[in-house]
Amino acid sequence: MSKRFVSIWFRHLTTDWFTLRQPGLRELPFVISAPSHGRMMIVATNALAEQQGVYKGMVLADARALIPSLQVFDEKPGLEENLLRRMAEWCIRFAPIVAVDMPAGLIFDASGCPHLWGGDSYYLTAIAQKFKARGYDVRVGMADTIGTAWAVARFGQQSLLVETKKQFEALLPLPPGALRLEEETVELLNKLGLRQVGQFIRMPRTALRRRFGQAFLLRLDQALGNTEELIDPIEPIEPYQERLPCLEPIVTITGIEIALQRLLEALCLRLQQEEKGLRIACFKCYRVDGKIEKLDIGTIRPSHNIKHLFKLFENKLSTLEPGPGIELFVLEAPKVEDHSPLQETLWNSYGGLDNTGLSELLDRLAGKIGVNRIHRYLPDEHYWPERSVKPASSMDEKTTIAWKLDKPRPFQLLANPERIDVTAPIPDYPPMLFRYKNKLHKIIKADGPERIEQEWWLQQGQHRDYYYVEDEEGHRYWLFRLGHYSDKSFQWFIHGFFV
Amino acid sequence: MPSLKENIIAQLQKDILPLMGYKPPVHAGAVEVELGPVKEAFPHSQFPLGAIHEFICPAAEDAVASGGFIAGILSSLMKTGGTCLWISSSRTIFPPALKSFGIEPDKIIFIYLQKEKEILWTMEEALKCEGLAAVVGEIQELSFMVSRRLQLAVEQSRVTGFIIRRNPRNCSTTACITRWKISSVPSELNDDMPGVGFPRWNVELLKIRNGKPGSWTIDWVERKFRPVHSFVSLLQERQKKTG
Repeated sequence: MSKRFVSIWFRHLTTDWFTLRQPGLRELPFVISAPSHGRMMIVATNALAEQQGVYKGMVLADARALIPSLQVFDEKPGLEENLLRRMAEWCIRFAPIVAVDMPAGLIFDASGCPHLWGGDSYYLTAIAQKFKARGYDVRVGMADTIGTAWAVARFGQQSLLVETKKQFEALLPLPPGALRLEEETVELLNKLGLRQVGQFIRMPRTALRRRFGQAFLLRLDQALGNTEELIDPIEPIEPYQERLPCLEPIVTITGIEIALQRLLEALCLRLQQEEKGLRIACFKCYRVDGKIEKLDIGTIRPSHNIKHLFKLFENKLSTLEPGPGIELFVLEAPKVEDHSPLQETLWNSYGGLDNTGLSELLDRLAGKIGVNRIHRYLPDEHYWPERSVKPASSMDEKTTIAWKLDKPRPFQLLANPERIDVTAPIPDYPPMLFRYKNKLHKIIKADGPERIEQEWWLQQGQHRDYYYVEDEEGHRYWLFRLGHYSDKSFQWFIHGFFV
Repeated sequence: MPSLKENIIAQLQKDILPLMGYKPPVHAGAVEVELGPVKEAFPHSQFPLGAIHEFICPAAEDAVASGGFIAGILSSLMKTGGTCLWISSSRTIFPPALKSFGIEPDKIIFIYLQKEKEILWTMEEALKCEGLAAVVGEIQELSFMVSRRLQLAVEQSRVTGFIIRRNPRNCSTTACITRWKISSVPSELNDDMPGVGFPRWNVELLKIRNGKPGSWTIDWVERKFRPVHSFVSLLQERQKKTG
């Protein structure tokens, strides 16, 4: 069976993408520019700008002179390749083997595909229409060889469909650039007055090789089909998903557990082989009556440990309602991260925060009591006691600043300072007595004051003068006076307990 | 002859201890809790690791003192880079203070739970996890059954558990290996210096399985427990020398 290839050429790939994101650009001429050798060069134009004489490779200043209202956008590096890759994945609906063909093209190996659409011409129109509906301006060529398909997609005048074994005839009227030659060779051909492939294709091969090199003949042979040409097809990543259909609807928890266990085994095996671990997993149960029961779990670190993941689900299994029965189980892992196997330690030492056992424990706890109950603190650069710690965003977060040790800090800090009644003898002396929770404390020893000013850029208010005091029973407290003694508006508070 | 008898008794005691839930430390010498004279109260003269310790705290100040004492023990437990879980009903510990006990405050994971039941469940799960150095839980009541569950969990995992009982209503028997009562006592500075001295506690060991209960006064000085009587005698000695 003869091979058939389709070549797609996106005439305005990046500009079409910009238009899709900002529909207002549809009516305006705009270009995408990038700096090159100290000037701004145009790397892509939209159809409107092209009609007015702006072309790719022009200096931006020249284009601005032509169209004063020209809109200019900066080039996004890698955008074209990313777009093409996504398009290629999407195009697997048309043919099983799809490759990215830089610049601005895709190539399918469409052998055996077109009849599913009812024939070659229907196939091509279907592809073109689908792309048009998505908002992209494409030309689709088809031929027995990649070279000819490429040539007609870009340079073909009448029909973009080349019948089987007609590539020789199709190439005749095309310009030499259609053969995917190097720029210098094309220039040379033009200089010699060879403006159509037909003018030189019948020349003796030895003469052509002597004049234009072996690469020229290779391209010619590839276009004609005398030499095999390979393409590098993309391999889309399969979604991390496992399915388990059941012959009989499943109602019992044992059945569900078995199903979950099997799905986990299959999924974790694949994760293990690819050295990945899942962060989020979703267990879906499709019921006979059309309802879907769902369970979600999350992990702190990527994991492919079947036992651990099963335990996380097990805590929630009782909330499933099988109803009339479950006929299909699906396990998905929407979020997957790299997880290389750790080297095991020979001796049993206490693990740090990156201990697997600990992260598995925290996963279990988070599943039962909620993530917002688990806290870890890091120091923050503030003197104000309430702001001197901040919650860590993750288990891996490290401190960049050291914990302060210079001043005594209470072991227990009250969330809100509480008012106390105080007898203080002299200004700036620690109090003699204070009453807290209806108990009178006589202060024997005291340290201080330690003045902590308000951070005015965060909050307005008065400063605090802290005292570290000990009462007659040996209990130690942290008290402070808000405001100056001389202001008469000061207040005393208790803010913490020392050990 | 009497020495032979003593030998036999000592051997028998050694055999009985593991049967009573006292496992000799797996990696002896790896973790040593420096408790000075309190050590003599423990079997093997070693602070029992992989066990549950109960702290009775009738007043809020006692809970803070117990917390400080536990932090002192934790500092040696966490020296090898271990992690600790501190489970309580609300945010009670001010992390920067832990630094003065030689603990990296970011190595402690705090869990705040409202219900006692949830705290106990979390504690049991945590005590089963071998990757932890210690677990501290703050609860009010502890029944014998619950304490036995916790004790069984630690016997498997060798994690050390601390239970701070705030304001307990009844102090019935529990399966915990020790029961402590820590209270603050007035600090002292030498030479009548003004200001507050080093934290000082009266440490009462009310119950200990296979040990000798007792009572001590201990200072926390420069990240170490320091028994007070030796301090006083040291002072007297110095005075003698100078005087």
